[in-house]
Order: sequence, then structure tokens, then C-alpha cells
Amino acid sequence: MSDDGIRQTEEQKKRQRKRSVAIGLAIAGLVLLFYVITLVKMGPGVLNRPL
Amino acid sequence: MSLADYQDRRLDAVAHGGQGDVGDYLALLKPRVMSLVIFTALVGLLIAPGGIHPVLGAVAILCIAVGAGASGALNMWYDADIDAVMSRTARRPIPAGKVTPDEALAFGLTLSAFSVLVLGLAVNWLAAGLLAFTIFFYAVVYTMWLKRSTPQNIVIGGAAGAFPPMIGWAAVTGTVTVESIVLFLIIFMWTPPHFWALSLFKRGDYEAARVPMLPVVAGEDATRTQILVYSVLLAPIGVAPTLLGFASLVYGVAAAVLGVAFVWYAWRVYARREGDAARKAAVRLFAFSLVYLFLVFALLLADSVVARLIAGGWL
Repeated sequence: MSDDGIRQTEEQKKRQRKRSVAIGLAIAGLVLLFYVITLVKMGPGVLNRPL
Repeated sequence: MSLADYQDRRLDAVAHGGQGDVGDYLALLKPRVMSLVIFTALVGLLIAPGGIHPVLGAVAILCIAVGAGASGALNMWYDADIDAVMSRTARRPIPAGKVTPDEALAFGLTLSAFSVLVLGLAVNWLAAGLLAFTIFFYAVVYTMWLKRSTPQNIVIGGAAGAFPPMIGWAAVTGTVTVESIVLFLIIFMWTPPHFWALSLFKRGDYEAARVPMLPVVAGEDATRTQILVYSVLLAPIGVAPTLLGFASLVYGVAAAVLGVAFVWYAWRVYARREGDAARKAAVRLFAFSLVYLFLVFALLLADSVVARLIAGGWL
């Protein structure tokens, strides 16, 4: 990597890690949310479909 | 901070970006405004006739909360220049140089899109449409257009804050009815005296930012008159749920007492125009206005719970 690129300080790296964790948790939360919404909206019918 | 300082910091932040902590992004969502939105939306959802699956009800509230937060982020993106010169808002993430305007814009737009789509897919598209309209109304009609151009900014812009209980109601019923319009009107009429009371004791801030708030443009006396007028209009609307038959007489009496108290506080603001007494009267009206809105909606909720318990034979 060339020297004129952006160099992050330790503090900036720490914040970036925290933001990454927060985004990861938000995505995991969305997956769970969509899963639960699907179950609630389709009920037991979620399994009752032609394969 | 002067505008030049703000520009310097902004350029600095633009050059680097990626400085914000998770807490800065949460601050973009205006958590205190969001708490009021969640509460009023929840009341709208719980007192609406019929029912909604508890999980879908929770999803609806989550979407309304995130949508409200998203419009807060869009507001901070657009208003960063005036936020920087007002003491109340100078430490917000963008003027403080922690989040760049572009980051705030992307954050606000992403959350707006997700909140509306999830509400539409999971609950219904009328509620999602109302949420989309609310975000548009707050970010575009209020923030970009009215706030800097007319002293009536608060009156029309207040509609954005009045929609959440209507969205909650629509999430359950799939309709907009007279009842949900009354919930809307209570907040709509409450907003001007609430914010004008604030602007009376924060007048210097708005002057510095050149925001045409009523006390700056029309003077404090005209503001006091308008506060009183809106308070007098608000009091009977607070009682309307009883008059229209969707709340009990007990609620009606309590709402009437609260309405009279509101007018009394507004009258004190009207009557005391000089010095410390005037400032104290404005601060007290501002504080009471928060109590008023909380109690009116809490009473509506309690009233509805009791009515359902009686109908179900529990009481």
C-alpha cells in the first residue's frame, strides 16, 4: 500500500470495528425478523407446500 | 461555533469520513423524539378496534420508530449548517464533525427505505404509505421547505409528528377513520404552543441561525397570542374522543381538566411579558405541554384497556 493513502489511528480502527459489529448485529436482527414474520404470516402453512 | 469554524470542521470530516462511533449514529435518530413517536404510535395501535398479532404489532412499532429516526437523520443532514450555530444543537454528530453529511444522508435514506418496505410487507401498505408520507413530510416539506421560509413552519411541520398514532391505528385496521384523525389533531394542535413556548426562551438561538421562528419574525407578543389561541383550540380536541364515543366519560373529564390546565399555563405566558417571570412562564408551559401529551395518550390507553376488560367480562 502506498504511503499517501488514508492511515487510520488506533482510535479510528476501534470505531470502525464497533460500527462493523453494529452493522453485523443489525443484519442478523433483520434475518431473525424476516424469519419470525414469515412464520407468523404463514403459520403452520409454512411447511405445507409442494416440494 | 461560527459558520467558518463549522465549514472547516466539515471539510475536515469530509476529507476523512468514517469517524463516527455507534453512539453518533444512534444520536442521528433523535432518540428523545423517537420515544414520543413510539409511545403515541403504540397507543394508536393498542386502542384501534380489532386486533393484530403481537409480533406484527411489535414489527409495526419498530418500523414506525426506525422511520421516525430516519427522518431525524435526514433532518440533521440538511440542517447541519444551522445546527452548528444553535447552542441546543451544536453538539449533534454532523456539526461536531463526527459524522459526515453524506454518511448521515445514506444512513437516513437506507433506514427510510427499510422501515417502509418492512412495514408494507409485514403489516399493510396503507400504514407503510402513511409512514413514507410522514418521512417525506418531515424531511422535505418541513426541513427543506417550510422551516427556513415561514414562521408558520411549526404549524404545518407539526403534522409530521402527528402521524404516528394514525399509522399505528392503520396498522391494525387498514383504514384511516375519524378516530385516528382525532388522535392526529391532538398532536397537531399541541405542537405549536409546545414549540413556541420553547422558542420564547431559546429565541437567541433561532435568531443566530436565521430560522424564522414566530418570536423572531412576528415578535414575542404575537407569539403569546398564537400560543393562547392554539391552546384554546387544543383543549376541546383533547375531549373529542369522549364526544365521539371512543373513550369513556372518565377520560373526557380528565382530558377536560388537563385542557383547562394547559390554557391556564398558556394564559400565564400571555399575561407575563417581562423579565424572569415571562421566561419562567414559558419554561413551565413547555414542561407542562410534555406532561399533557403523555397523560392524554396514557389515559386513552388505560381507558381502552378498561373498556376491553369490561367487554370481556373481566371487570
